Amino acid sequence: MKYTYYPGCSVKSTANLYQESIDAVVPAMGVELEELDDWNCCGATAYMSVNEMMSFAISARNLAMAEKFHRDVVTPCSACYLVLNKTNRYFNDYPEVRKKLGVALEAGGLSYSGNIRVRHILDVIINDVGLEKITGLASRKLEDLNVAPYYGCQIVRPMYYGFGAGEENEEGFDDPDDPVCMDRLIEATGATCVKYSMKTKCCGSSLIGTEEKQALKLCRGILADAENNGAHCIVTICPLCQMNLDVYQPKVNSLFGTKFDIPVIYFTQLIGLAMGKQPKELGLERLAVKMTRPMKQILQGA
Amino acid sequence: MLEREVVYESVLDHDFLDEIYSLPGGHEIKKCIQCGTCSGSCPQGAVMDYAPRKIFSLIRAGFRDEVLESNTIWYCSSCYSCAVRCPKEIKITDVMYALKRIAIKEGKAKKGRKASALSKNFVRMVNKYGRNHETELMARYILSAEPFNALNFVPQGWRLFSNGRLPLMPHKIKNIEQLRKILKKIDELEEM
Repeated sequence: MKYTYYPGCSVKSTANLYQESIDAVVPAMGVELEELDDWNCCGATAYMSVNEMMSFAISARNLAMAEKFHRDVVTPCSACYLVLNKTNRYFNDYPEVRKKLGVALEAGGLSYSGNIRVRHILDVIINDVGLEKITGLASRKLEDLNVAPYYGCQIVRPMYYGFGAGEENEEGFDDPDDPVCMDRLIEATGATCVKYSMKTKCCGSSLIGTEEKQALKLCRGILADAENNGAHCIVTICPLCQMNLDVYQPKVNSLFGTKFDIPVIYFTQLIGLAMGKQPKELGLERLAVKMTRPMKQILQGA
Repeated sequence: MLEREVVYESVLDHDFLDEIYSLPGGHEIKKCIQCGTCSGSCPQGAVMDYAPRKIFSLIRAGFRDEVLESNTIWYCSSCYSCAVRCPKEIKITDVMYALKRIAIKEGKAKKGRKASALSKNFVRMVNKYGRNHETELMARYILSAEPFNALNFVPQGWRLFSNGRLPLMPHKIKNIEQLRKILKKIDELEEM
């Protein structure tokens, strides 16, 4: 299965551990990711709060360049997933948007027909690779590891809300309020899935830079709920969620007097651990909140 | 909170509603039934000047400045919780982003000083390199919005840097000229 890969800026820097784990696990699943040459930033939600049409235009450049390969575009970042899908949706639904983008792309020597499907790597692994394949690849016993799935916001809600393009993607690939696909994935790796209520609550996203206290409050809620339900670690799919919950966890502790010590890892790192790979190959040594002793003992089968 | 207790018809801005209606999907706010599902779903509702339900009511009543100068639009983190639950399927998140753009354009983003500084610096990064350079973005943001609070960002920066997650050099795309041509054309079209 070959896809056009749109990494996004984060996995090239603060989320490089995500990329390392993706590189380590996808070949065994039969997934080939060919990086889109010279892709540009999707603009995230920041660009569209300054100029929406320009935000669509920069995303449209990526979609136009991807179109000649006639393959689905796959991204590991929830924000890129949202923005590229939103651009597709506005391009297809609003003639005035389509017209402007067409003219602008032409100025750059490009054209786009609106037919490229953009998917999240979680969707591809769950629905194209399949959970049986994941179970088949799992060699390390993880049943004592309690894993809390954290979906964040951008993965299923915006699609349900109407940004999903293409028949199969119409309402996204899971429920907007109670998604379960990652729960099933955790079970497929052999680990134990923690049930908790904060799995789709907002982590604060970019408010962490601008309204830090409010974002930390949201992070505290997620960490507390996961901890109270016995999680050894949290598994996520989004670079910004991971950064807020991981890099800012010590700050949550100092602000609220809590003692959270919960590693926040990417779902591809969990798959890699189940496949018996070493933490270093999966970028796990780059976590700000390091793997705890109980977690290491479980991984060593002690 | 609302400072004008008595509001005279003459000071209200009825064009504001037309402005919102003219956005793609914007006319849907006509359908708002003031049920409050959006405000109840909003993770930031408690710290907003007006939670989303009130914002819609204020827009429809023509309280232009109150809406644009509120902290509400800057606390929206686009989590889409309100939007997926709205029984009238109003594109609430898109309306919030439209309000951010109008507030920035008209210099009314006082309460969004920091958030708009972050967004504007982000745009600068993309226009300069074609990609975001997170290290430079944060440095520029701190200098422009929170210079006296710079130390507050050091521990997180160090945690990223010491784990090899903070590249110092930006990556510039090869065909930045093409991206700039596309953006320039949009700029021309929007001026028309």
